[in-house]
Amino acid sequence: MKTNQSAAYFFLAPAISAILLFFFVPVIAALLMSFTDFDIYSLGDYSFLKFVGFKNYISLFHDPLFWTALKNTFYFVSVAGPLSILVSLVSAMLLNSKLVKFRGIFRLSYFIPVVTTLVAVAVVWRFVYHPRFGILNYFLSFFSIDPIDWLGDPIWAMPSIILMSVWKNFGYNMIIFIAGLQNIPEYLYEAAEIEGANRWQQFKSITLPMLAPTTLFVSIITMIGFFQIFAEPYIMTQGGPLNSTLSIVQYMYQEGFRWWNMGYSAAIAFTLFFIIFVGTTIQFKIQKSSELI
Amino acid sequence: MKSSWVLYSFRSSILRIITLLFFIASCDSHQKEFVEIKFWAMGSEGEYVQKLIPDFEQRNPGIRVKVQMIPWTAAQEKLITAYASDNLPDVFQLGNTWIPQFTLLTAIEKLDKWVESSQKISSEQYFSGIWNTNVIDSSVFGIPWYVDTRVLFYRVDVLKKAGFSSPPKSWDELYILSKKIKKLQNDPEKYAIYLPTNEWAPFVIFGIQAGSSLLRENNTYGNFCGEKFKKAFEFLIRFHKGSLAPTGISQVTNVYQAFKQEYFAMYISGPWNINEFKKWMTDTLKDKWMTAPLPGMGDSYPGVSLAGGSSLVMSRESKHKKEVWQFIEYLSSPETQLKFYNLIFDLPAVKSSWQDKSLRNNPYMDAFYKQLQYVVATPKVPEWEQIAYSKIQQYAELAARNVLSVEEALKRLDNDVDRILEKRRWLLSKKIN
Repeated sequence: MKTNQSAAYFFLAPAISAILLFFFVPVIAALLMSFTDFDIYSLGDYSFLKFVGFKNYISLFHDPLFWTALKNTFYFVSVAGPLSILVSLVSAMLLNSKLVKFRGIFRLSYFIPVVTTLVAVAVVWRFVYHPRFGILNYFLSFFSIDPIDWLGDPIWAMPSIILMSVWKNFGYNMIIFIAGLQNIPEYLYEAAEIEGANRWQQFKSITLPMLAPTTLFVSIITMIGFFQIFAEPYIMTQGGPLNSTLSIVQYMYQEGFRWWNMGYSAAIAFTLFFIIFVGTTIQFKIQKSSELI
Repeated sequence: MKSSWVLYSFRSSILRIITLLFFIASCDSHQKEFVEIKFWAMGSEGEYVQKLIPDFEQRNPGIRVKVQMIPWTAAQEKLITAYASDNLPDVFQLGNTWIPQFTLLTAIEKLDKWVESSQKISSEQYFSGIWNTNVIDSSVFGIPWYVDTRVLFYRVDVLKKAGFSSPPKSWDELYILSKKIKKLQNDPEKYAIYLPTNEWAPFVIFGIQAGSSLLRENNTYGNFCGEKFKKAFEFLIRFHKGSLAPTGISQVTNVYQAFKQEYFAMYISGPWNINEFKKWMTDTLKDKWMTAPLPGMGDSYPGVSLAGGSSLVMSRESKHKKEVWQFIEYLSSPETQLKFYNLIFDLPAVKSSWQDKSLRNNPYMDAFYKQLQYVVATPKVPEWEQIAYSKIQQYAELAARNVLSVEEALKRLDNDVDRILEKRRWLLSKKIN
C-alpha cells in the first residue's frame, strides 16, 4: 500500500510542482503585494517599496470608482447571468425538440458567436448600436421611437453591453444544456404522457429536476465568467460613458497595467476573488437545500 | 537589498550561461564580425524605419541593427515588463511624455556626455520646446526623433460662410466663430467644433495658455482648482453646454467622415491626421480644409500647444553604447530625417530638414512649423499619464455632460490627483531627510 502511494506521488510530482510553482506561488506573491504600495517607483528601486498593511483595502472602500465598478459588475451579473441561462435553456430545448429540422445548422449558427473573435463582433455591434446609422435605431424608427445613443448614453450603455454579451455567450451554455437534455431518459416522458401530464407539467417535474446538476454547473461557470467581465466593455466603450460600463476587472487592469499601481490592483483582485467565492458558496448552498426538498 | 543582489547574481549567472551557449553556437558556424544592436520602435515607425537600416549598415559595416516592431497600444506595458525582466533593447523609441517614467526607473542612459562630444547632435538643431521634454533635472535623456503637436484643422468653406477668411486667432474669436457656424448650420445634429472628452490634450493646452502650472509645489499637488485652469476649463465646457461641440464620443465613429460631412467644422489634432483627412477630402472638397496654429488666450498668437513626438533613448544596460550612439546620430541627421518624413510623414525633429521643398511645398505643414516654435512640455512626473488619461478626461466628461459643475469637477480632480501624487510626496520628503 505504502509503495503504491509513493509511486502515485512520484507520477503526480510534475503536475503538483507545476501547480505549486505557477499557481500557488504567484497567488501568494500577489496576496503579499496587495499589502504593499508596489508601483512604478518600487519597480525602479525596491527600497521605495513600503508595507502598508490593509491600507489598499481601506482606500478601496473609500474609492468611489471602485464602488461604481462593483455596482456595474453586479448589475451586469444579475441581469446578464439569468438572462443568458434562460436564453440558452430555451434555445437548447427548441433545438432538442423533434419538430425542428436542420438541427445541425441551427446549433452551429447559435454557436458561431462563441468562437468568433470578440473584436470582430464588437465592430459589427458598434454599427448596430450607432445612433445615426445603426440598424437598431432604424427598426425603432418604425415604431416612431426617437433614436437612442446606445453606447453613448450612461443609462443605455450597460443594457447594450448585456445584450451583446448574452448574444455572444449563450451558445456555449446551450451546448451543455443540450447534452444535459439528451441525458434525460425518454421513458420518463413516455410514462408522464401515459399519466396524462401536459407539457408544462413534464417540464416542471421531469426536465428541470433532471437538469439540476447541469444548471448548477452552468450557473456557476456563467457567474464566475461574468464577474470577470472585461473584454466586451473594454472594446465597446472603454468603461465609459461616465464609467457606466467600467467593470471590476477592467478597473483592476487599468490600475495595474496602465498606471502600474500593482499593490492597489492586487487588492482589487483579492476583493473580487472574495466576492466570487461568496457567490459560489451561496449557489452551492441553495442547490443543496433544494435537493433536500 | 540583499535579496535583490542574490536575484541579480542568479540572473546574471543564467545570462552568462546563455551567452556562453550562444558563443559556442556562433563559434560553430562562423565568427561574428559585427555588433548587433536591438532597436524597438512602435507601430508604423517600427515598420518603416526598417527601410533605413540597410543604408545605415552599409555606412557602418561593423553594426547590425535588429528592429522589433511593437504596437503603440501595448508599448508601455511591453517596455516596462522588459525593464523588469532585464530585457530592454539597446535603443528604443519612447513617446516623449514617457521619458520621466523611464528616467525614474533608471532604465535609460544620461546622454549629456554623448551630446557634448558629438559633432552631429546639438540642442540648437531642435525646436527648444521639443528638446526640453527630454531634459529631466537638467540632464538630457533622449534625442528627439520626430515631433508632433496639435493644431487647428478647419473647414475653409464653412469658416468663409461664417464670415471668417482666416482662422480664429484668439479664444474670443474661436467662440464667436463657433456660435456663428452653429447658427448657419441650423441643425441640432451638427456642431462647430469637435472637442471629445476622451482627448485630454485640448483641456491641458488651454489650461497652459491661461497660465496654469497644472501641478503645484514641485509637482506634488494638483493645481486644477486654480483660477487660471478653471478659466480655461470653463471656456471649453461652454462649447459642450452650448451645443457647439458634441458631448458624447460615440456619435463620431469616423472622425474623417464626420469632418467631410460637416458634422463639425473644427478639430484640434495632430500631424498623424493630415494624410487621413487628405484621403477623405477629395474632389471638390480637396481645397476646403486647412491647418492653422492654435488661437491664443489674449493677443498672443499663436497660442502654445503641446510638445509631442517620440525620442530615441539608450538603455543603461546596453553593452554597445558606442554603436547605439552612432545609430542615433544616423537617424538624427537632416538627410535621414527627411527620408523618414517622406516614408511615413512623421515631422522631422531637426529644424534644418524643414527647409526642404517636400515640407515647404506642403501647405498643411506651415501651421505645424509655426506651432512648433510655441510648444511646451506637460509636467515631468511619472504619474502624469494617469492624471491626464484617467482623471482629466473623466472630469472633463462629467463637466461636459453637466453631471458636475465646473467647480465641483475641478475640486474632485484635485482631490484625485493629490491622492495619485501621495507616493511622490513621500519620496521627496524621504530624500530631504
